[in-house]
Amino acid sequence: MSTPNETRVEPASSGHVFEGGFADPVMDSQAVFRRVMNALAEPGTIADLAGFVSPPTPLSQATAAILLTLADYDTPVWFAKPENNDDAIGWMSFHTGAPRTADVFRASFAVLEKMSPVEAWSSFLIGTSDYPDRSTTLLLPVESLVGGEPLKLTGPGIETQTVIAPVGLPEGFVAVMAENRAAYPLGLDVLLVCGGEAIGLPRTTRIEEA
Amino acid sequence: MTLPEYNFAYLDEQTKRMIRRAILKGIAIPGYQVPFASREMPMPYGWGTGGVQVTAAILGPDDVLKVIDQGADDTTNAVSIRAFFAKTANVATTTKTADATVIQTRHRIPEAPLSAGQVIVYQVPIPEPLRFLEPRETETRVMHGLEEYGLIHVKLYEDIAQHGHIATTYAYPVKVEDRYVMDPSPIPKFDNPKMNGSPALQLFGAGREKRIYALPPFTNVVSLDFEDHPFEVQKFKQPCALCNATGVYLDEVVTDDRGGRMYVCSDTDHCETRREEGHHGPGLPISGAQTVKEDAA
Ligand SMILES: [Zn+2]
Repeated sequence: MSTPNETRVEPASSGHVFEGGFADPVMDSQAVFRRVMNALAEPGTIADLAGFVSPPTPLSQATAAILLTLADYDTPVWFAKPENNDDAIGWMSFHTGAPRTADVFRASFAVLEKMSPVEAWSSFLIGTSDYPDRSTTLLLPVESLVGGEPLKLTGPGIETQTVIAPVGLPEGFVAVMAENRAAYPLGLDVLLVCGGEAIGLPRTTRIEEA
Repeated sequence: MTLPEYNFAYLDEQTKRMIRRAILKGIAIPGYQVPFASREMPMPYGWGTGGVQVTAAILGPDDVLKVIDQGADDTTNAVSIRAFFAKTANVATTTKTADATVIQTRHRIPEAPLSAGQVIVYQVPIPEPLRFLEPRETETRVMHGLEEYGLIHVKLYEDIAQHGHIATTYAYPVKVEDRYVMDPSPIPKFDNPKMNGSPALQLFGAGREKRIYALPPFTNVVSLDFEDHPFEVQKFKQPCALCNATGVYLDEVVTDDRGGRMYVCSDTDHCETRREEGHHGPGLPISGAQTVKEDAA
């Protein structure tokens, strides 16, 4: 990854963008990847991604660890509120080399805001019939991953069914995820993030109010 | 301080990231072949460089790696790949299926049921199940996109017309979650049912063809068949000559130079474990007999 000898132009306000990345990029990214892989392979399980990075606000540890593990110059990252994320974007760019894109239709990853309006999600990439993998992965922050209204999950990765109960999902989330499921194999893959934890909701997962 | 001569698990970080992204897409779209930019590995393509790259991208220091080739842990291919990761990733290795966190395989799925948390990585020579019917990649992509799988059914049905049954015995195509037709790699069709609903994560890597695909745990995997010719696995008339196991995949081995033969478990760990447990078959002991393993394919 980046070495201290590399020169990069950073926003003046972001002297600390160089700090807070992986202490051991090789081993930490491997550890985070396996947890994210398990989260997507077993939808509904909570992945512990805490303690790997110390990102600038408002990035959560989970979002930041996922970006540092998966993003690079091949994967444009879209921020819902770039005006609130100067430090976060500078930090992400320094540690990953990934470009921040303003074009939603180029985004490999989208860093959403809490209560992200789901009507806007139709602009993200859902892949094509030939290449359904050319799609956007959404990182959606919520208030909490537990303690909310129960949602029943079924689909690949789940033996029979499992229940999650996140707090602070956007209005219309269940309906938009049903549309997403109906578009399969095209679709968005979603990671719910809160603090240092994440839940994977790949496009195959059926989500119903329990 | 001297720098190591190679990266952890051999691959550079940028390559691992690209492979990891492909694995996640594969998990999100079970059975769909995700393209990736395959790297040269320090071994020939026939040795399963796709599987090796997938393993390299997921492996961590806490993993325990098992590598099998035709069911055996002791072939040159399996020994070399195991040694490669023991050296480059400093991981513990095992021959015991139950002790492994990651199992890389060529041509078999272990007999012992896999468990939740395990990852099995298949080495895949030809990932495209439609390739022999349609050589053009652009066309097979369209066929997968439109779920146009008529040709592969025609091919299987021609088997029936010609042989009275479906003659395909390995790399027998499956349909995943009622959507993608997938090549399960050249495992015997005997192993196909093990893929269905497995609690383990299954990853597939094809190096030369640059494809990665996946089956998350508890994924619906159905071998293609016809109402009047349902899918059937191979059946063996006799138990394993060494451990007396039935319901396992057997290899024919030559026991002497006078044409003596016997059938033994292709899964060497399974066979050894059973013998340690006190099982023994009609072929034991065979002191001094030379056994030559034959190609199961
Ligand atoms: Zn045996």
